[in-house]
Amino acid sequence: MIYEIRDLHLSLPDMTRKPLLGATPRIEILKGLSFDVPKGAVLGIVGGSGSGKSTLGRAMLRLLEPTGGQIKFKGIDITHMNENQLRGMRQQFQMIFQDPMSSLNPRRRVGGIIAGPLRLHGVENLPAKVNEALDMVGLPTTFARRYPHELSGGQRQRVGIARAIALRPDFILADEIVSGLDVSSQAQVLNLLADLVRELGLSLAFISHDLSVIRRLCSRVLILHKGEIVEEGETTELFESPKAAYTKELLAAIPLPDPYQKWDV
Amino acid sequence: MSGYLSVRNLTVALQTGEPILRSVSLNVAAGQVHGLVGESGAGKSMIGKAVLGTLPRALHVISGEIWLDGVDLLKLSPAARRKQIGATAALIPQDPLTALNPSKRIGPQITRRLVDILGWSKQNAQARALELLDEVHIPNPERVMRSYPHELSGGMRQRILIASAFAAEPKLIIADEPTTALDVTVQKQILRLIAEMQSHHGTALLFVTHDLGVVSKVCDSLSVLYAGKVLEEARMHRFFMHPVHPYSAALLAATPTYTNPIDSLLPVSETVIEAVEQEVLEHDIRASR
Repeated sequence: MIYEIRDLHLSLPDMTRKPLLGATPRIEILKGLSFDVPKGAVLGIVGGSGSGKSTLGRAMLRLLEPTGGQIKFKGIDITHMNENQLRGMRQQFQMIFQDPMSSLNPRRRVGGIIAGPLRLHGVENLPAKVNEALDMVGLPTTFARRYPHELSGGQRQRVGIARAIALRPDFILADEIVSGLDVSSQAQVLNLLADLVRELGLSLAFISHDLSVIRRLCSRVLILHKGEIVEEGETTELFESPKAAYTKELLAAIPLPDPYQKWDV
Repeated sequence: MSGYLSVRNLTVALQTGEPILRSVSLNVAAGQVHGLVGESGAGKSMIGKAVLGTLPRALHVISGEIWLDGVDLLKLSPAARRKQIGATAALIPQDPLTALNPSKRIGPQITRRLVDILGWSKQNAQARALELLDEVHIPNPERVMRSYPHELSGGMRQRILIASAFAAEPKLIIADEPTTALDVTVQKQILRLIAEMQSHHGTALLFVTHDLGVVSKVCDSLSVLYAGKVLEEARMHRFFMHPVHPYSAALLAATPTYTNPIDSLLPVSETVIEAVEQEVLEHDIRASR
């Protein structure tokens, strides 16, 4: 197992209701989630805005500390590890961000951006590693000299992927990585990700609000609603016979490019 | 047949001469919904902006006509054009949070246009605003009129902008990606509401979107744009059954469809892109002669 998550709780201070004096009330974001991510699995995490899907991702990478429950990564309990202990672990779980324009430093060249985490983790022979990563995401190695603003949206997202895979992690979290892209580059980025998962034997959690994208890429799906798992299952099965009322509502709301779909506008 | 809005051979360019819209023509009849689709940078929002006279300063209309309610807007003086547009057209913007003033209550934001531009009395405008909020299914309109934008949800704010767009009974509404920022379930409610309001008021609607799924639900006809050029104009059913232009077909095949995971989300091939680029280039050569 890559991840074993049991009864995960997470609450954050609710600053909108902070009194002038006294303790800040907390708002519960994740309300007891339990699930596993097997090795090599591509898990889709779906939910509306405010469902807690990004918070869950951040807790899995320990960018946030859970307030209850347990997260085991490759059998090691990382629930309450401190930064020093986590530093040795971080190269095993990496993240690809939603908006490549704001997650790539505009003042550094692509090569420097990809080399950043490698240097941090003491990897040697940087230029070769950078070229290798660029090659794996289908970008010419000459792109190492370019700046992010010189690239298209799809190319920028490839750089984000190259940075994440350069450290050869076991697990990658992708948070809404295609929602800002046009449909044509969306398809390319998703195909690339599917290929990399297969070639490198990665495990992937793919956060998205788009069920059509999830169906294409993921082997398992987890549906979140208001901080709770409303349904979890194998992709084909979940799409063909959804059980939870919320899943059915979500599926029925998707406008398919088909004028004969019963959607009653 | 010219429609209520008729754009003819509209060319818009940067100061450097780089064209942004290339001889665009389209018609929207009263009571009809026309979709503008294309990828980012295709110029779909720019058509709406050209009609409303809100093009960015760096862009200029080089040639063409924009007929709105029987008047060519481009032949009017700037003041007369603003007046004509204000009286006949309105916009439903993409992001409901930036479109509303965060420091003002909802009520005055809806009534201001009625009072300032159309010269209504405050009482009449107030009554009309309440009526409209009720029409867009906002519970407890009196309370919402006194609320600030941040106190309302995204769906609620988009309802308010829809109410505000219909307030002065415009004959044309331009909706620029009105549901892109919303969840699918909320999107469905909002699209349903726009369709309901549009057919109830008999408004001509120009609907800008990148989502072909949404087009198939709300539009009667559509134009497919690439690099500011209309590649295909079609009735909605015909388009989805038999797309004529190879780029249209490629765009349809790239659209994610959960009921058809194998034959959807296909990348647009290099050959198609090269052919389209060639078509755009040939257009530019013809235009420069």
